[in-house]
Amino acid sequence: MSGLAMPKPDAETLRRRAEIVADMRIIVPGEGVVDAANEMRAFESDGLTAYRQLPLVVVLPETVAQVSRVLKYCNERNIRVVPRGSGTSLSGGALPLEDAVLLVMSRFNRILAIDYPNRIVVAQPGVTNLGITTAVEQEGFYYAPDPSSQIACSIGGNVAENSGGVHCLKYGLTANNVLGIEMVLMNGEVVRLGGSHLDQEGYDLLGVMTGSEGLLGVVTEVTVRILKKPETARALLIGFPTSEEGGQCVADIIGAGIIPGGMEMMDRPAIHAAEDFVHAGYPLDVEALLIVELDGPSVEVDHLIGLVEAIAYRNGSTTCRISQSEQERLSFWAGRKAAFPAVGRISPDYYCMDGTIPRKELPRVLAGMRELSEKYGLGVANVFHAGDGNLHPLILYDANVPGELDKAESFGADILRLCVEVGGVLTGEHGVGVEKRDLMPEMFNQIDLDQQMRVKCAFDPNHLLNPGKVFPQLRRCAELGRMHVHRGQVAFPDIPRF
Amino acid sequence: MTTFTPSSPTETLSTIQWAAAEETPLEILGHGSKRGIGRPLQTEHTLDLSKLAGITLYEPAELVLSAKAGTPLAEIEQLLAENGQQFAFEPMDHGPLLGGEPGRGTIGGVLASNLSGPRRLKAGAARDHILGVAAVSGRGEAFNSGGRVVKNVTGYDLSKLMANSWGTLAVLTDVTFKVLPAAETEVTLAIRGLLDEAAVAAMALALGSSAEVSSAAHLPERIAARVAGGKHGSDAATLLRVEGFGPSVVYRIEALKQLLGKAGPLEEIAGEASKTIWRDIRDCRPFADGGARAVWRVSMAPSEAHHMVMALRMQAAVDAFYDWQGGLVWLSMREDDPEADLLRGLIRKHGGGHATLVRASPPHRAALPVFEPQPPHLAALSARLKAEFDPKNILNPGRMAPGAGSATLARSTEGAAS
Repeated sequence: MSGLAMPKPDAETLRRRAEIVADMRIIVPGEGVVDAANEMRAFESDGLTAYRQLPLVVVLPETVAQVSRVLKYCNERNIRVVPRGSGTSLSGGALPLEDAVLLVMSRFNRILAIDYPNRIVVAQPGVTNLGITTAVEQEGFYYAPDPSSQIACSIGGNVAENSGGVHCLKYGLTANNVLGIEMVLMNGEVVRLGGSHLDQEGYDLLGVMTGSEGLLGVVTEVTVRILKKPETARALLIGFPTSEEGGQCVADIIGAGIIPGGMEMMDRPAIHAAEDFVHAGYPLDVEALLIVELDGPSVEVDHLIGLVEAIAYRNGSTTCRISQSEQERLSFWAGRKAAFPAVGRISPDYYCMDGTIPRKELPRVLAGMRELSEKYGLGVANVFHAGDGNLHPLILYDANVPGELDKAESFGADILRLCVEVGGVLTGEHGVGVEKRDLMPEMFNQIDLDQQMRVKCAFDPNHLLNPGKVFPQLRRCAELGRMHVHRGQVAFPDIPRF
Repeated sequence: MTTFTPSSPTETLSTIQWAAAEETPLEILGHGSKRGIGRPLQTEHTLDLSKLAGITLYEPAELVLSAKAGTPLAEIEQLLAENGQQFAFEPMDHGPLLGGEPGRGTIGGVLASNLSGPRRLKAGAARDHILGVAAVSGRGEAFNSGGRVVKNVTGYDLSKLMANSWGTLAVLTDVTFKVLPAAETEVTLAIRGLLDEAAVAAMALALGSSAEVSSAAHLPERIAARVAGGKHGSDAATLLRVEGFGPSVVYRIEALKQLLGKAGPLEEIAGEASKTIWRDIRDCRPFADGGARAVWRVSMAPSEAHHMVMALRMQAAVDAFYDWQGGLVWLSMREDDPEADLLRGLIRKHGGGHATLVRASPPHRAALPVFEPQPPHLAALSARLKAEFDPKNILNPGRMAPGAGSATLARSTEGAAS
């Protein structure tokens, strides 16, 4: 993937750069247009830092009208646009293009309404995920989806990526917690989907927009559901001699009708890296470590802790600690939350993957990963959202060793192929972006991809918004629009007719 | 008039390819339990999916179930119940309201009409639980979207696009849903005798507490007598459902009593009696009178809907009750006129939302927009999407909006010739 092919820059756009910059300054006056290379450097990549590219120009609009005018201007002149929130994407969704305006939504940073009786918050897209919770927590409310980048990532970006987090088995993804958005289409039209009521009328375009990775429209306002904080939360820290036993324990917990607030698993390399880093008191003689968090009224949490403990012992757990204080609960999580930087300490670089698998396939996938690890000569540590089957293998490599990044990427691609092979998917929450773009055919055939691109054609027929992302090859809408029918063909004779 | 009854996805594909080649429209049908919703169709041919049936995958520990689109919902719900599981979104049964048999309807229809029930408030609708689909577009192309795992952001979510598309974009052949454990216990707390405004305030208070109320409905005076065979009397009833493990339900009901003790007289309704009430609310039993007068389903912000109803009462004779903390209003018109413009105007005036004419006579369904009309830019976007998936306008043409797809005929003809 290091030789990543991006759309060929449009020479005409590059030639007219000065004129475009000047026009952008008219649409977005003041400090909202950045065109000096040294100032644009801050925007050259997102969370997938292996890829960098300076944009044509950076534009930071402040109003919906400005967003609309920028998009309309670009649409009429065939200029590409890459939208960006906080730039925390791990899949290169906000990677700039040389000939594209980078539309940065960070100045849309206000909360517009907090409505406790209806339990909604209306926010501009640049408000951070955590910023929503911060705005309502004094009343005991919070916003449930909590991606690990929640301090920095924007709610608009969450909509684009359909972000998850450790609590989404019980509380859902972004798609399940957003009630409405306002967005601007590439032609400058402003459209509202949903609102403070439930269910969008007509087609579920809100559902399609969520997770569309900035290819369909630019979100300018988001209405989310907020929830009352659970009264209490407690966690169990459970160790198993094998990942099979850990996996069976997860299945049995769910089989008992329990949906924990969070359920995370780590494998031996991840446990050791985390323990060496934060000294959370993790057992070092186990192959799988499970953190199960239960939240709700304390009477419920205490009841369920007893049930989960019994299930753990039945499945051969060798250690089981139950948090007796908030401090202890947080210490259980400390190692898991520090897993990525902890792995960063034992390896110069790591590459984080994001496949989802049917949970029962975990032992098979872990075994397959061990084989691949030997084949490529690179280590791998695993953290796993065990409840929903979302696996984050961290591949250890050294970017300074020539060829190791390529090797890590090939290793990663093989892991994702394995995920698809066992009935899973390429990405659970990080998005396709540029990173997994060329792997899409592993999961979809050309007809499947064509249907997705036809959605793109309805929203952005000129393919100007965030091109080069998600789809391995964008087909022209006119070509996709053709119908291939065989006239005069007799319908199969064996359909019963009445 | 031909009815095609395919029993495999391949036969379904062939039928649609034939219809696309002939440019002949099809009515897409499961059991026909919701046939009375939407603009009446005038298609020569029918595609009946009721033989495309069967549960193809059910793994309780993985919380996943797949079935062919024509599988009866009742069959799936029974299998889930045998395993202590359920569709948490509680799909409505339209049979009673539309004068059909209860217990009909297919799993494909559940998604195509994005069904939900009183638990919508906490657990979402069909759109929130669909994981993957296989479908055939109006182009006669069989495609897959999504998968069988809960967490999946690979490519556009075409599964959600099928929700509430009423068979106008593609014909579903297989669906995969997330399933969840059924609650061990349920208890409903009823506050009696509240007027709409006080009821809405009480429901907001309850939902804003940590009691994890899963459903909140308000049945005004007299309407209350139309659920559970009238056994709870006719006084207004504001109902709060609490579900979960036994000790937790007891604790949370107690917390709600503390919170709402001063609102009015309280009653606890447990077990089967509670289930019956919520099933009747889900299925709009209060208005299932065997008649054909207009019944509207309105979704608005919970705090605003009762103001709209109050304003509507000034100009039209209506019965109303509320679900979803007050945000879902079921309206039964007492006169023949559905009053579509009046109602939709008042919804806009009170913060917006949408109204669907769920029950009405065929002439009214032909003359009035059954589904909420959309603002021009959004309507145009929806029409472009329809044209991309069904350029010949052969799938349930006109069911959601008059003439959808017609604007694209010129382009499609050109495409076919090339």
